[in-house]
Amino acid sequence: MNKTSSRVWLVARWAILIVVLIAIYLPLLMIVVYSFSSAKSVGGEFGTFTVALYGKLFDNKKLLDATLNTLIIGLISAFVATILGTTASVGIHYMRRNFRAAVEASSQITVVNAEIVTAMGFFLLMIFMRDFISLPVNFGMTWLIIAHIVITTPYVILTVSPRLKQLNPNLLEASMDLGAGPMRSLITVMLPQLAGAMVSGFALAFTLSLDDFVITNINTFGSNIDTISTFVYSGIRKKGIPIEIRALSTIIFVIVLTALIIYNVVKNKKAKEQKKSF
Amino acid sequence: MKSRLKAKVFKPTAFSFPYLAVTLVFVIFPLILVLFYAFRGEDGSFTVDNFALVFTEVENLRQLGATIGIAALSTAICLIIAYPVAYVLASSPFNKMVILSLLFIIPMWINFMLRIFALQSLLSMLGMQKSYEAAVIGMVYDFFPYMLLPIYTVLVNMDKSYVEASRDLGANSVVTFLKVTLPLSVPGVISGISMMFMPIFSSYAITKMMGDANTTVIGAKIANLFENQNYGNYGYGSALSFVLLVIVIVVMLTGNFLSNRTMKAPKGGKVNE
Repeated sequence: MNKTSSRVWLVARWAILIVVLIAIYLPLLMIVVYSFSSAKSVGGEFGTFTVALYGKLFDNKKLLDATLNTLIIGLISAFVATILGTTASVGIHYMRRNFRAAVEASSQITVVNAEIVTAMGFFLLMIFMRDFISLPVNFGMTWLIIAHIVITTPYVILTVSPRLKQLNPNLLEASMDLGAGPMRSLITVMLPQLAGAMVSGFALAFTLSLDDFVITNINTFGSNIDTISTFVYSGIRKKGIPIEIRALSTIIFVIVLTALIIYNVVKNKKAKEQKKSF
Repeated sequence: MKSRLKAKVFKPTAFSFPYLAVTLVFVIFPLILVLFYAFRGEDGSFTVDNFALVFTEVENLRQLGATIGIAALSTAICLIIAYPVAYVLASSPFNKMVILSLLFIIPMWINFMLRIFALQSLLSMLGMQKSYEAAVIGMVYDFFPYMLLPIYTVLVNMDKSYVEASRDLGANSVVTFLKVTLPLSVPGVISGISMMFMPIFSSYAITKMMGDANTTVIGAKIANLFENQNYGNYGYGSALSFVLLVIVIVVMLTGNFLSNRTMKAPKGGKVNE
């Protein structure tokens, strides 16, 4: 009796997982399938199997530009955010308690704030600099990169700070007491121990930047720059989303899937090797 | 000698100065600017007209109410789906299948606009028109990994001895779940809710793509005011943003209060032992 009921329970649990997994992946799989069809919309008559959309994708200069912009903004902002966030974490770590609490709280402002308000803040700052203090600045790639640095750095701090707390607090001071300058101490003593957390922080900052829509949308009102997000969005508002977006989605989906599975296989292997060596 | 002296003077806290400068200029100053533009009339003089407009226009209040409504509904549905999934994934034998739990959060790494496009394509293929319900489905679909992850993290890291103790003392699995597992997972639930509830206020992309003309969130209104590049709108939009900022603070304080209260509960239990 007990055995059958635990069996039923196991089947029920599998059922929950499988139903939700289907709900998550069905839309994505439909896009993958229809990336090999020239049908006007997903679910339309499939016709013959074709890779025409992939060819079309590489002819669509606007979409390629949007993809390139997304990658450039993501990589540069994540790189700067990682450096800025790591140095900030080290500095915050050595602050006195009250001051540290205040800085940590202020670093959370953009995390908890409604994105639209943060986006507006950036927008107004640009308007203010341009119209009030007549600085020769305007909306563009540089501005987007700065905005993305600002919104992703707090997440780097959130990733690096916990690791910092596990380190020996005297190491940096010992290094400086022994005559190494602050920069050298930071690079040769702290950074090697923080490398893992910095990589995670970079990855997080990069994906958040790729995913961003609101900040980018509001801060491209004065320019004609597109990222993947704003490209798709303006597609639904204007002349429709070009069908080659299905090819792009498929490529991104395959890259993400392979990268994550490889990452996990490598991580599991490492974990197993470490267990063996003990 | 000189360099040694310099090193002594340098405090490690100085490493945070570049970041502090960035925060001051690009985070705190813009919030002051929101306030500045909110109180600034079209001719540059001080005015409270913008705020008056925000609160007297019935449309704003209606939209704000609708936003809170769709946020609460979507968050509740997402929680009802995500909690059982997190619970199952954290239970044995599923907690040993790393790739399985990974499958649930992989969508997080795919551009959210492309995911919404995929979902919208599927729904229209199934014959579902743009509608309020479709927008809610879009919200649930989009935020699902962000709701799942914190709940799963809390459940999988939970000290299993509490559950075993409860079972040893004669409680059945339902009572154990209600009295032990559920209360201990509240911090994860609150964190999941906060990852979803407020962000929905800004997710006008989802309502535009999935919803009908009547389905909207307050973020759409603010975005429209600024998109039109009409200087007079900046004040109005800023006032509306400022109201939203106040709501954010209230929601955040409520969340902190709730999670502090539930964090204290197990400690009280220990005294009884």
